[in-house]
Amino acid sequence: LFLKKHKGSNDTSQYHLQALIEAAKYGKKVMVLDFVTPTPQGSSWGLGGTCVNVGCIPKKLMHQAALLGQALQDSRKFGWHFTEEVKHNWMTMTESVQNYIGSLNWGYRVALRDSKVTYENAYGEFVGPHTIKATNKKGIEKLYTAERFLIATGERPRYLGIPGDKEYCISSDDLFSLPYCPGKTLVVGASYVALECAGFLAGLGLDVTVMVRSILLRGFDQDMANRIGEYMKDHGVNFIREFVPIKVEQVEEGTPGILKVTAKSTTGDQIIEGEYNTVLLAIGRDPCTRKIGLDKVGVSINEKTGKIPVNDEEQTNVPYIYAVGDILQDKLELTPVAIQAGRLLVRRLYAGATTKCDYVNVPTTVFTPLEYGACGYSEETAVEKFGEENIEVYHSNFWPLEWTVPSRDNNKCYAKIICNIQDNERVIGFHILGPNAGEVTQGFAAAIKCGLTKEQLDSTVGIHPVCAEVCIQSHLKVTSKSCIHGILG
Amino acid sequence: MLRGLGARLARHGSCALTGIIAHLRLLPPPRTAPGAGLLCAGAALSRGKPKSAIINCKNRCAKYCPSYIPLPSSWAVSIPFFHVVFTGKNEYDLLVIGGGSGGLACAKEAAQFGRKVAVLDYVEPSPQGTAWGLGGTCVNVGCIPKKLMHQAALLGSSLKDAQHYGWSISQPVHHTWSVMAQSVQNYVKSLNWGHRVQLQEKKVKYFNIKGSFSDPHTVRGLTKAGKEVSCYNIVIATGGRPKYPVHVAGALEYGITSDDLFWLKESPGKTLIVGASYVSLECAGFLTGIGLDTTVMMRSIPLRGFDQQMASLVTEHMESYGTKFLKRCFPTKVEKLKSNRLQVTWKNADLGTEETDSFNTVMWAVGRAPDTKTLNLEAAGVKTNSETGKIIVDASEATSVPHIYAIGDITEGRPELTPTAIAAGKLLAQRLFSQSSELMDYDNVPTTVFTPLEYGCVGLSEEAAVQRHGSDNIEVYHAYYKPLEFTVAERDATQCYIKMVCLREREQRILGLHFIGPNAGEVIQGFALGIKCGATYPQMMKTVGIHPTCAEEVTKLHITKRSGLDATVTGC
Repeated sequence: LFLKKHKGSNDTSQYHLQALIEAAKYGKKVMVLDFVTPTPQGSSWGLGGTCVNVGCIPKKLMHQAALLGQALQDSRKFGWHFTEEVKHNWMTMTESVQNYIGSLNWGYRVALRDSKVTYENAYGEFVGPHTIKATNKKGIEKLYTAERFLIATGERPRYLGIPGDKEYCISSDDLFSLPYCPGKTLVVGASYVALECAGFLAGLGLDVTVMVRSILLRGFDQDMANRIGEYMKDHGVNFIREFVPIKVEQVEEGTPGILKVTAKSTTGDQIIEGEYNTVLLAIGRDPCTRKIGLDKVGVSINEKTGKIPVNDEEQTNVPYIYAVGDILQDKLELTPVAIQAGRLLVRRLYAGATTKCDYVNVPTTVFTPLEYGACGYSEETAVEKFGEENIEVYHSNFWPLEWTVPSRDNNKCYAKIICNIQDNERVIGFHILGPNAGEVTQGFAAAIKCGLTKEQLDSTVGIHPVCAEVCIQSHLKVTSKSCIHGILG
Repeated sequence: MLRGLGARLARHGSCALTGIIAHLRLLPPPRTAPGAGLLCAGAALSRGKPKSAIINCKNRCAKYCPSYIPLPSSWAVSIPFFHVVFTGKNEYDLLVIGGGSGGLACAKEAAQFGRKVAVLDYVEPSPQGTAWGLGGTCVNVGCIPKKLMHQAALLGSSLKDAQHYGWSISQPVHHTWSVMAQSVQNYVKSLNWGHRVQLQEKKVKYFNIKGSFSDPHTVRGLTKAGKEVSCYNIVIATGGRPKYPVHVAGALEYGITSDDLFWLKESPGKTLIVGASYVSLECAGFLTGIGLDTTVMMRSIPLRGFDQQMASLVTEHMESYGTKFLKRCFPTKVEKLKSNRLQVTWKNADLGTEETDSFNTVMWAVGRAPDTKTLNLEAAGVKTNSETGKIIVDASEATSVPHIYAIGDITEGRPELTPTAIAAGKLLAQRLFSQSSELMDYDNVPTTVFTPLEYGCVGLSEEAAVQRHGSDNIEVYHAYYKPLEFTVAERDATQCYIKMVCLREREQRILGLHFIGPNAGEVIQGFALGIKCGATYPQMMKTVGIHPTCAEEVTKLHITKRSGLDATVTGC
């Protein structure tokens, strides 16, 4: 019945583990291959993939460390007393974070074992139909065959391709386990990874500069992106706009050392130089699909991006090979999406289910110092898709109650809801900038899934006093078309 | 609608007929020139007649229609036959008694429709002499100061957490009540001022006087002599005040309530809070959090009316947080010692013993009651529930006297929540003055208890769901989860728990959602919206989570209570 249903997978994302565990639950014989190629700086990690080791988890924890720095300042206004001098110790934080990650790595090993999934810490490469070669750390090779394969190798940070980038720069793959405080840091890029890292480093008291080639947070609502940039600027992050690094040189060795960065204007010939202790590259991520022998089995990839096109059942052009997660073309690079896709795939394959992964209205949050939660269309895309005359935008600034007593950041928080006038004012976009944006956005995403309309939004009662209440009832003022800025007292 | 009205008119008599016809003719009657004279609905028919005729008409209506049956709520807009009737110096389209959340919202909304509106607000000092400005309970002695003091306590935990996250803070850390209280009070005063300014901007007349009915159309100011306002549409929104126990010697003399706590200039010190309402637990929570020795005395169950499993998790967490609980105890007397401390004597119902201890502060949080005595409701004929003292209203917020309405905490059977009062007030003003027929929907109102570990909920408790649908017909999904931030901070997450109560039939519509954890209010708000949209369990499961948040656990609930399986979330 379940004979030789071998499942080979070169898996770096822990959530596919859940998918595999699920497969094992249905009595399938499952194997997972996971191997982390060390970064140019030598960082490497355990089982669980990007999210657990070098993504969501350490980033959110370090973001939390930065928020606590703000809490310390606020707390004095709320009556707490302690000496003026407060210092942050990078190593204490990093060790705590890494210990927690270590416990998660271990947890996944145990979970795989408990579900009788075979785990090999080896690099997988297709060598022929239904056949994969696994190479472990010692260079020992083994061949495995399977009826079906799931590719879930994820992505790794991109390098600039300029002199000194791999030698001296770090990426987010290195930052969270950096064994020394990065000091004065240049973050190159304006992706959410760049802004999140710049945000928490500044929050820990470091001198941080972000070098941006063109726009912030490409793909996100640009009105929100610019507000995030403004807030970060107000909170001490320097921005160098329209420049790209062309050379990185080492001035002094050390932990951290001193690096000289030469950058060129994207609009003219201007060249600037600056010295930093650390240069963090966050210019994008590339899928790990070019060195796993996909050509040997005929899985087609997008030559330009390296991403794998799949049908709506996560199947590649080779019927027995499936793919999920960050390596998919035109899909979302988000942990919960990958989990959902993997889990549903396995249920379809082995449990007779029919539910497909729904990639529509997936909520997400950017953990910048002022968090940004979003679900659905950005204003730009909504205008593009439905026409400006067919959408209505409701919006409001707000001031979280907790920020009034420390008297900070008045009118920096902002909420915006985009409705499709032609579809009964259905909510097609939700955007909020403020504390706990992720916690706020989740429920609204559920409501949008249930077909939320503006009318329903208006007839729901708020919870007082929380930030989320700004998004409901008549707190939101009509339309940014008319440029009336609603301000909630 | 007209046919329906006709049927109603037959019962109503001719006076109402003229009123309604006039009303229909005049709708909408915008008030272009306030003070330019009468703009009475009746005036359209009786143009040129002296004022007294109109007043007579009004009086006749009141007099000869004792059997008046309120119109169906959807016709509420048709009730005000006469938009303005005055006797004396003032004329208003709407008179609101009580300047709290509901009253102010109603007044401001009415003013936006160009109506002439007056608000009477007067704060009777507490037995301990505490008084405050415009804005009502929420702003002055409720939500606002409570959440800010809760935040002060949360920041105390942040100070501890911060050290795990690499921040070095030299010990000792201590908290000064007066600094916190001053900041909070300053903020509240700025809100009082803000409300004054808003009323002025919207041209709502504000009187700092206590209103009392002298007849169904006339309200007299009790504090400043001679002020008398008559108005056809009157809204009562005077809210509630904390109760004192009646049979405890020294209770009134020595005890304080939440009306005083937020305005104390000095730390309350070692505090006993009597009661197990959310007010009690919230106050006890933040007092504990800022480092005070705090005890809660409860006679029976905590958070009556809330889901009891959640309520016990809340109190269980508070116990581990350091709040002491005297369960099944009730006080018998309070005495003042020479040391100025208060000695409290209580009975332990379980052991049948009598016990005593001394405290710096004793606070009563044994419930709230409306203060309707001075309103002189009898003069207006407004009916109240004899047990609760609350005003009985229909779906359109109309009292037993059709032109007198009541909203907020003073109304019988309505949630005592700021946002419901605000929404009800706004909708009422829209029905009265803007041809709206939309009624306030009191179902699925979300709320949050700001205890140290917050508890947010919407919809039915598990008990209520079982009672309504039977335990065989409901499915409860639940999970014990650990917030990511707790891991590094080495905080205990034993009570972080989520419960979703669904119908068991195929669609599995969600009846109630309960969440205990950080930022519970922020989490619940959006889900409340989903439930409003008729969310089902499968829809919730189709919603992709936001990682890593606590709220995403709601979208991952998959263990049913019925299964008996371990509901602890593993991994992340």
